[in-house]
Amino acid sequence: MSGVHDMGGTPGHGPVVVEAAEPVYHARWEGRVHGMMRRLLMRRVFNLDQFRRAVELIPPARYLASTYYERWLSALETLVRAPGRSAIPRAEHSADAAFRVGDRVLTRASETVGHTRLPRYARGKRGVIESVHGPYRLPDTNAHLVSIDWEPVYTVAFEARELWGSQAAPRDSVRIDLWQSYLERSRR
Amino acid sequence: MSAGDTHHPEPPSEIEARALALESLLVERGLLTSEAVDEVIRAFEQDIGPMRGARAVARAWVDAAFKQRLLTDAKTAFGEIGITEHQAEELIVVENTPATHNVIVCTLCSCYPWMILGLPPTWYKSAPYRSRVVIEPRSVLLEMGLEVPREVEVRVWDSSAEIRYMVLPRRPAGTDGWSEERLASIVTRDCMVGVAVPVVPAVPVA
Repeated sequence: MSGVHDMGGTPGHGPVVVEAAEPVYHARWEGRVHGMMRRLLMRRVFNLDQFRRAVELIPPARYLASTYYERWLSALETLVRAPGRSAIPRAEHSADAAFRVGDRVLTRASETVGHTRLPRYARGKRGVIESVHGPYRLPDTNAHLVSIDWEPVYTVAFEARELWGSQAAPRDSVRIDLWQSYLERSRR
Repeated sequence: MSAGDTHHPEPPSEIEARALALESLLVERGLLTSEAVDEVIRAFEQDIGPMRGARAVARAWVDAAFKQRLLTDAKTAFGEIGITEHQAEELIVVENTPATHNVIVCTLCSCYPWMILGLPPTWYKSAPYRSRVVIEPRSVLLEMGLEVPREVEVRVWDSSAEIRYMVLPRRPAGTDGWSEERLASIVTRDCMVGVAVPVVPAVPVA
């Protein structure tokens, strides 16, 4: 889902504002929200993909107007209200590695309805497998408690010009960690 | 302290009230205790912060074998300096070289190596940084005070999965013979995110 959270490359957000001598938490409630999230995650009341999905479901205008911990609080409220399904057993699948270091790959171009960790700016782009990791649970199904799909995750190297066109500096590059089902083999 | 116990002279703001209500509900349901939440806050306010990463960088600058382990098996290397608790499955340290400058971001949320750098600063979690550093890293770095020469590759790492990244900066000139402790003092959080490089203070530190 290309929600407002999928920010890479989107224009108009202005300069990066750095706060001098920033405290760990700006208010007491921020620490409470952070602590609650950590504890609930450790207790497996929800998984991290469910939590991220809950943040992504905040309506765009409110998402942009909210601080980080306000989003976390909204997500926690959503997850606590939702009926508990995490105890229901899920089918588990495991995919063998399809790519090796040095393989050229093309990322999936199509939009998805639900949660995904393939950023919009990296869709339909060509890159090279730089390293192989995992297997990890595929967030696209894990966030929705559909099934547990173990897949290799690849660090894929993209030239900045492949992602952004000729405005990008010729030597620059972006590395993104991508699940196997986001990728297909590229012929060039 | 119980979730409902506040020391504010004024009534809590709406957001504070929501946080308190949620905590009360979770305590009531037996899903957490307020003491467990206190413990997380205490850990991040007192123990967990960028000094952890800085110690590893300083060690890597004086010990080539440690540096090799830090770059190939970061969790084991951190274990050697007493840091054994990690939030993510994998931790990868990427090295700045004369040819490559690395910078870390998470465009989709705000993934960050908490257990070795502490909680991320607000700018790291902000829309300007998340949106811009992938498309115009050199402009963002320049705004933050770092000019990367044209011949150096800027390599952006978008932490989109369960792997967390930290940058190993280059040791600056003028630090020969420095102790690890003194070296660690010039390794800031920003150096390990890749938006700054270590600088030797004009007035030598005692």
